[in-house]
Amino acid sequence: MKRYTIFVITENFIGILNRITIIFTRRGINIDALTASESRISGIHRITIEVTANEDTVIQLVNQIEKIIDVIKAFYHEDEGVVYQEIALYKIPVSRLDAGLEKIIRQHNAKIIAAEPEFVVLELTGHKEQTQELLEILKGYGLSEFARSGRVAVAKRMLTIESFIK
Amino acid sequence: MKDMMIRGADIIVRSLIAEQAEVIFGYPGGAIMPVYDALYDYHEQLKHVLTRHEQGAIHAAQGYARVSGKVGVCLATSGPGATNLITGLADAQIDSTPLVCITGQVAAHLLGTDAFQETDVVGISMPATKWNIQVRRVEDIAPAIAKGFFIARSGRPGPVLIDITKNAQTDFGEFNYVPCLGFRSFKTHVAVEPTKIQQAAELINSAERPYLLFGQGVVLGKAESELKSFLEKTGIPAASTLLGSGALSQDHPNYVGKLGMHGNYAPNLLTNQCDVLIAAGMRFDDRVTGDLKRYAKQAKIIHLELDPAEVNKNVKVDVAVMGDCRESLSMLMDAVEGKKHNSWMARFRELEQAEKEAVVLPDITPTKVGLTMGEVIHQVNQCKADDAVLVTDVGQHQMIAWRYFNYKKPRTQVTSGGLGTMGFALPAALGAQLHDYSRQVICVVGDGGIQMTIQELGAIMQTKAPVKIVLLNNNYLGMVRQWQQMFFDKRYSFTELDNPDFVKIAEAYNIKSQKVTDRVDLREAIEDMFIHDGPFFLEVVVEKEDNVFPMIATGCSVEEVRLS
Repeated sequence: MKRYTIFVITENFIGILNRITIIFTRRGINIDALTASESRISGIHRITIEVTANEDTVIQLVNQIEKIIDVIKAFYHEDEGVVYQEIALYKIPVSRLDAGLEKIIRQHNAKIIAAEPEFVVLELTGHKEQTQELLEILKGYGLSEFARSGRVAVAKRMLTIESFIK
Repeated sequence: MKDMMIRGADIIVRSLIAEQAEVIFGYPGGAIMPVYDALYDYHEQLKHVLTRHEQGAIHAAQGYARVSGKVGVCLATSGPGATNLITGLADAQIDSTPLVCITGQVAAHLLGTDAFQETDVVGISMPATKWNIQVRRVEDIAPAIAKGFFIARSGRPGPVLIDITKNAQTDFGEFNYVPCLGFRSFKTHVAVEPTKIQQAAELINSAERPYLLFGQGVVLGKAESELKSFLEKTGIPAASTLLGSGALSQDHPNYVGKLGMHGNYAPNLLTNQCDVLIAAGMRFDDRVTGDLKRYAKQAKIIHLELDPAEVNKNVKVDVAVMGDCRESLSMLMDAVEGKKHNSWMARFRELEQAEKEAVVLPDITPTKVGLTMGEVIHQVNQCKADDAVLVTDVGQHQMIAWRYFNYKKPRTQVTSGGLGTMGFALPAALGAQLHDYSRQVICVVGDGGIQMTIQELGAIMQTKAPVKIVLLNNNYLGMVRQWQQMFFDKRYSFTELDNPDFVKIAEAYNIKSQKVTDRVDLREAIEDMFIHDGPFFLEVVVEKEDNVFPMIATGCSVEEVRLS
């Protein structure tokens, strides 16, 4: 079992995400994370799915996804084949802000992106290991809310969407 | 301008006519009523058949599609009408049958409000369709139907569902039908790679015991004559899957039999003795392969396949030749050497003889008192027309009918293969018959399955479709009973049936009928059935506890195929 990133280039039609996810549920495979957004070409969406599985299974998944009528292209990479990031937000009560916390923020390259009378929101962008490490530390600072995105990723391989829609 | 505007419901009907639909099957209801109103005006151009249940409508559309090669069409209303289509959609999906199903839906402003007869059929049918869409505006109807027909019939065929809200059916719009010829996310044609042909040809040329398996892909790709020429040049023995039957005449010298759990002895056993295995338009279903860990491990495998998702799915192959098998077979034909494989072929014939003695003769010329399913089918087979279509349900009778029916022509076999849908046969036979009233359509069905869709005798009565129904009645859910006998210590749990008087039921539908209980009456009854002008219902009471052999039990290897 290994971690893979599946990329799906698709028409932006209603229900497409549902069609993709049932391919996973039918085989009892959990989606670790998923992000979807419009690509740089209007009308074409890009979905990034993170999954832990063996390669044979991932090949099956990708073949089945690509078989969906409105999917333009699906492919997969191991972690080494992609550049990826995740964003995490941490909510901390103002009362817990002290010099120690400031040091931690600096060390982790986190940012304060909002300061409200009651709380501040920190942001850290990086790999899951990094956002997780900060999470563990901030639990000691009265962390009241935490949210983390799925990965956004680009492949190292030089292929363009245009080459798929020719 | 206003003159050119027509109702959405008329657009639906005229779009179907533009797609050359001739016969459609359906059942009316609230949310599809505007379409039924429109059908009233177009009844001369488009024949509609009223079934007695929406499941009957979709199975009829499947039967129609399977024999005609055209897209089957059915209509249903929203809610329960739509959900009653699901079994047929799943069946068509797994057996690659092209369908366009149109369902009515509540008006767009009511969507999501739990309105009367509202159901999320697009959501429910998603895993059971090749494509589906909900249309909420009149201007989107014709493009959706055009796209639906294109998707259903192109590439690997499959079912499409188009859900159309009632407001779209009653609003007015312009009708300007533009057929769909393709779009960017759907690649329908894959060019066969010459290097793959070369690799495959090298394997075939150096093979000593090559063996070809053909499936429905050969029929769907209209590659029957390419297959025949290829086999004749190479001298390779060929066996058929359930749905491949008919792609090559059983009288052809290269034909060696049928594959799978209840297929023939030699074709299963020798799968594990060939050195090169060529799979043409088949998908290595578990009913064909048995235990995958012990399936053709000794052989190099070549897979001719259109659907990339099927390659390496169940069986890892050495050479995958992607593309239409009509193209790949004809390219292969040019690349291979002419050969004969007489001693290898003789192995098949030897084992065929063993099966004949152990299974076939006792089945078709029994010495026991009770009638066997095998002898009934054998007699039907002898009396049938050359191009007769055989429609079967699911269970023992299906396997027996398949085994003892001699398929000579493509598209003469209609059965529920992948899904195994009991209740399929009667409505599917109706659909097959409505494609061509003059063709002989034989519906073989068991006493369990017929009771799942027996109401379609009503549609047969009303259309006067001359379907020849042969009911093999053993008062059991026979296949389940056979498994209970073999694998569950004869604990016959809920498989025995107290049946109605089927002949009386058929008579109530004004269908000529006869019941046979004695061997002496069988032949004449079958002849009467075929002579009769119109539908005929023949009930044959058969041995209660007959079993189907050969058999590859679940979890066993193809070489463990049993004769008893």
